[in-house]
Amino acid sequence: MSMTAAHQITAGFMPLFDSAVLVAARELGFAAREGVELKLQRETSWANIRDRIAIGHFDVAHMLGPMPLACSLGLTPLASQTIVPFSLGLGGNCVTVSNAVWGGMAAHGAEPDLDPARAGAALGAFIRERAKAGRELLRFAVVHPHSGHNYELRYWLAACGIDPEREIEIVIVPPPFMADALATGRIDGYCVGEPWNSAAVAAGTGHIVTVKALLWKNSPEKVIGARKAWAEENPQALAALLRALHHSARWCQDAANRGDLASLMAEPRFLGQPSVIQMPVLTGHLHLGGGAKRTVEDFFVPFDKAANFPWKSHALWFYTQMVRWGDVAHTPENLAIARDCYRPDLYRAALKPLGVALPGANAKVEGALKAATPVGSAGASLVLGPDGFFDGQIFDPDEIDAYVASQKSGLHPA
Amino acid sequence: MVRSPLAVLVIDENRIRASIIEAGLREAGHERVTIIHDVIGIARRIAEIEPDVIVIDLENPNRDMLESMFQLSRAVKRPIAMFVDRSDQASIEAAVDAGVSAYVVDGLRQERVKPILDMAVSRFNAFSRMARELEEVRGELENRKVIDRAKGILMKSRGLTEEAAYALLRKTAMNQNRKISDIAQSLVTAAGLLGPMGDE
Repeated sequence: MSMTAAHQITAGFMPLFDSAVLVAARELGFAAREGVELKLQRETSWANIRDRIAIGHFDVAHMLGPMPLACSLGLTPLASQTIVPFSLGLGGNCVTVSNAVWGGMAAHGAEPDLDPARAGAALGAFIRERAKAGRELLRFAVVHPHSGHNYELRYWLAACGIDPEREIEIVIVPPPFMADALATGRIDGYCVGEPWNSAAVAAGTGHIVTVKALLWKNSPEKVIGARKAWAEENPQALAALLRALHHSARWCQDAANRGDLASLMAEPRFLGQPSVIQMPVLTGHLHLGGGAKRTVEDFFVPFDKAANFPWKSHALWFYTQMVRWGDVAHTPENLAIARDCYRPDLYRAALKPLGVALPGANAKVEGALKAATPVGSAGASLVLGPDGFFDGQIFDPDEIDAYVASQKSGLHPA
Repeated sequence: MVRSPLAVLVIDENRIRASIIEAGLREAGHERVTIIHDVIGIARRIAEIEPDVIVIDLENPNRDMLESMFQLSRAVKRPIAMFVDRSDQASIEAAVDAGVSAYVVDGLRQERVKPILDMAVSRFNAFSRMARELEEVRGELENRKVIDRAKGILMKSRGLTEEAAYALLRKTAMNQNRKISDIAQSLVTAAGLLGPMGDE
């Protein structure tokens, strides 16, 4: 890479498959073609990413979708104002349980079909059977409190009548340790991105019971978080980076590149896991455990369906879940911070010169699209959704108060 | 007023670095220092130790788990915040640069904690320096071994004395503007490819 690149950008990432768009942007030369010398630094915790963004070691980073909200809302120590100008894809997570829990669920009607409602009902029945026998709570792990994993796991449990605050224990475990913690019995289940579900299945120690792509179709996961002050001082660098990420995401989506992408991500400097374990996330062909297989449509979407557009409705849904589980108070000030965190305006401005199709709105009613739907904008074609929740609920970002209230009337923390 | 001594917990998977920190804390008069290398079962240990200050290395992948535990767990009786004082940006930058982070129970006065953090930062930096120097020495030793083998090859194949063999390597390196160890490595590789001529 030339020393004379117009823009030098340092990005942090965690060893997860959904850092692929960022990794490929550098490794396939998309960043260099936009005049960006992109330096990637692998990190060992989300806390490190937050700290290094805050003190300026990183300009941007691979982040959990709710994390920039938590930073901007001041929910974590040492956090700085962080914005989201780009989403790194939709879907990609699974819920995996131990063989023992799968046995208990199967005894209560679970089938190896990934159906969230059926799996949730079986888990609920198993949990109550255990409670009656005086056994301790099942312990499930997620990667971070302010993560899509935590909120979708809780959403699923609550919608299936399981109180995530009282009927189950939720702890934090780093992604690469999940399969091991499950195998040694320190946890009974987890919600994490790939390849850490397929890794447990391959080891014979876990069963995948449902997936994010069925809990909420085409739902947000990782994003590019940018330090707000840096983004404001370097608008051209940011725009060049977003164009590079756009080209990279399109390359990652192309089925012809799956083998190359899996090999790239398998390298020790990225995931350091065999490339065969990287394939399920790309094909949606999942081994569920015990020989069962299922193909999930739109399992992980790095580019199609406007996957990179930072919808304000995605940020606001995360905000409603932060309110629901007591992370933050629902106030007009906090709502305004959440509304301003995701920045579709910056995404549009950066991509406009490319003449590609862009959504005309900044937010959408989540759960309204029952099927893939073409939308016209800027003269080019674009297909959105489907974006339904498995329980049929609708999230209208213009009706936040009503949504927050409806969730309070159900299961909620003490 | 007699102040109770602070309980300090050091979480570091690197045993050598942990003992360097521990030694520093003891030299500074801190008696209640605990070192933990493995985070399994750490909630119970924290409940027992009731630390006022927790020092942890940034390479530790369990920071997210620990932070959530500090905020939520009943095992931690007093809320634990991060760093001495959020307004002390210079301290925070120095700590992250050195690769260390600190958590402090709420309400603890800055002047009591800052010396601990400063000490941890300087010891982390000293450790990194030491590790770097060790790496250099190791590289130096490797180079010397390769040069010795190259000298052996030259002595055997061209009937040179050891001094003459070294002089030839040095002259070639100077002519080609490369390091002696690079020239030696090329020679050893070439000799290996040529087979029985090499130094078996």
